[in-house]
Amino acid sequence: MSESPERDPIIMFRDVVKIYPLPAGDVVALDHVSISVEQADFIAIMGPSGSGKSTLLNLMGCLDTPTSGHLEIRGRDISSMSDDELTMLRRDHIGFIFQQFNLIPLLSALENVQYPLILKTGNRDCTEHCIEVLRAMDLDPSLFMHKPAELSGGQQQRVAIARALVNDPDILLADEPTGNLDTKTGSAIMDLLKDLNETRKKTIIMVTHDPNVARYAHQSIQIVDGRIT
Amino acid sequence: MQVSLFFEFAKRNVRLHWLRSLLAIIGIIIGVTAIVSMGILGNSLVLAISDSLSAVGDSVIVTPHFGSGPVSMASTSERITERQLEQIRRAVAPDITIPVYSGSARMEVGTEDTFGVVYGLRPDDIPVLLEVEEGSYLRGSSGAMAGARFAKENDLRVGSRITIRDKGTLRVVGILKERGMGFDINPDYGIVVDESWYKQAYDQDGYDMVIVKVGDLSRIETVKEIIEKQLNRRETVVNVIDTKAILETIQNTFGQISMFTTAIGGISLVVAGVSILNIMMMSVTERTREIGVLRSIGTLRKEVLIMFLFEALILGLIGSLVGGVLSLFGGYAISLLMLQTSEYLFVPSSMVYVLYGVAFGIGTSLLSGIYPAWKASNLNPIEALRHE
Repeated sequence: MSESPERDPIIMFRDVVKIYPLPAGDVVALDHVSISVEQADFIAIMGPSGSGKSTLLNLMGCLDTPTSGHLEIRGRDISSMSDDELTMLRRDHIGFIFQQFNLIPLLSALENVQYPLILKTGNRDCTEHCIEVLRAMDLDPSLFMHKPAELSGGQQQRVAIARALVNDPDILLADEPTGNLDTKTGSAIMDLLKDLNETRKKTIIMVTHDPNVARYAHQSIQIVDGRIT
Repeated sequence: MQVSLFFEFAKRNVRLHWLRSLLAIIGIIIGVTAIVSMGILGNSLVLAISDSLSAVGDSVIVTPHFGSGPVSMASTSERITERQLEQIRRAVAPDITIPVYSGSARMEVGTEDTFGVVYGLRPDDIPVLLEVEEGSYLRGSSGAMAGARFAKENDLRVGSRITIRDKGTLRVVGILKERGMGFDINPDYGIVVDESWYKQAYDQDGYDMVIVKVGDLSRIETVKEIIEKQLNRRETVVNVIDTKAILETIQNTFGQISMFTTAIGGISLVVAGVSILNIMMMSVTERTREIGVLRSIGTLRKEVLIMFLFEALILGLIGSLVGGVLSLFGGYAISLLMLQTSEYLFVPSSMVYVLYGVAFGIGTSLLSGIYPAWKASNLNPIEALRHE
């Protein structure tokens, strides 16, 4: 949330409201949230469960659109975009890192990394680039052809980060990236993310419960009952 | 869009759940085999029936009308008179009119006593109706021609003698070619004699039947109507049928039977379709989370749709092709069983059922895949990601 007027924010929320209509009554997940994120920021979103952190992350990731208010990603208003446009925006400019790793079980580690690139370029001869990206994640090359089920949690998360990076996105969204890892593996993953932020200027937004993990970020946003405090 | 990538996905998923896929494929195989075998059987049946019917539909047959009305005039009302024959002949000229006497008799061949039908025909008319297998056509009035079956059963040859009780003895001058079931005359199980001999032997005035051979098939209805108009002016004295209509009725009937059996085969294909629908729905439910991941990292709706349709297509394609091949065996076996012949198997009108069956199989599979694929592609990515 650095206020540098010479750069346009890469993510900008202005008065964003997100309401989920439920039979028992509407749930206000985000209540007039305004934030702006600059290129190369590293932000941790913290808050109790049900506070709206995931909703915030989903909106940043163009998986959902706001009920009201203005939300821009890379200068584009996402409320007016079609599902296909949102999907292509995710594919080309946003990398997702999940708590459950969420690799595709049918594909090998390398193929998981190749998948978004093939989606984007339509070119299936992209093995070298993908190997390079995977290598940079400190993953043993002998594991590249293994299926996700044959990898440890830490290894899976490295593959998942490589997958998130392969299309060279500006934004990385991480939902509890260390939540399913032991402390040691967790900090190795966090070092990796920190390095991506510092050397490659990736904008990273991370949801976490863990204050130790949040410490890697430049800033923390606390969210309670859909409001930023 | 990277179509081959999604084909790869579909292929791997089919392979991963190979048992489930195999069961669905077996369903399609059974469905296609059933529908094609039934189709081939039906078609063979129609062909076999058509072959056993001698008549091409080119005749109009006039027979006396029995029963109703007062017993009229002086003439033998239950026969066709010379006068009526002349009326017919004039009405239908230049088409050929053939008067026929028909009856049956006990006969002696050598020492054997037997029974058969006897037709009395004018020698000139015989070549129009019948073909000779051996010997020659009738000349003179003391000869007879034997039907193929009759000759075989009684061991008749050219030169054999047949005695008709109380009427006299005839020498066989020719054996007729087997004719099959006809609507006009059926001489396979009897003999054909000269008209004048018959008339004399049986002392019969009118004819039992008049056959009109219509040269131009498109006129057959007209000819029928002309005869009716001429003879049945005041009351119905003759029945007029045309063989084309009978042939068509018979063929239509068997066509319908064939369609019915094919439809029964079709039911099994529908069941197979439902099983594909079922396994695809299972697949979508199981892979909800994976679909959520695919969508969140940038897979378009239509790409997810295609991926699942490919799965249905792969199952349908394998099942239908294997079913198509098996149905040749199925069709062979069922034809052999029901018709004792497989000669109608490799004819175009039977083989076309293989194409139909394969096309139906693939079509059914794709159709069954549409709903699950649509459902998968329309999942909300956020909810799908949350799915356990």
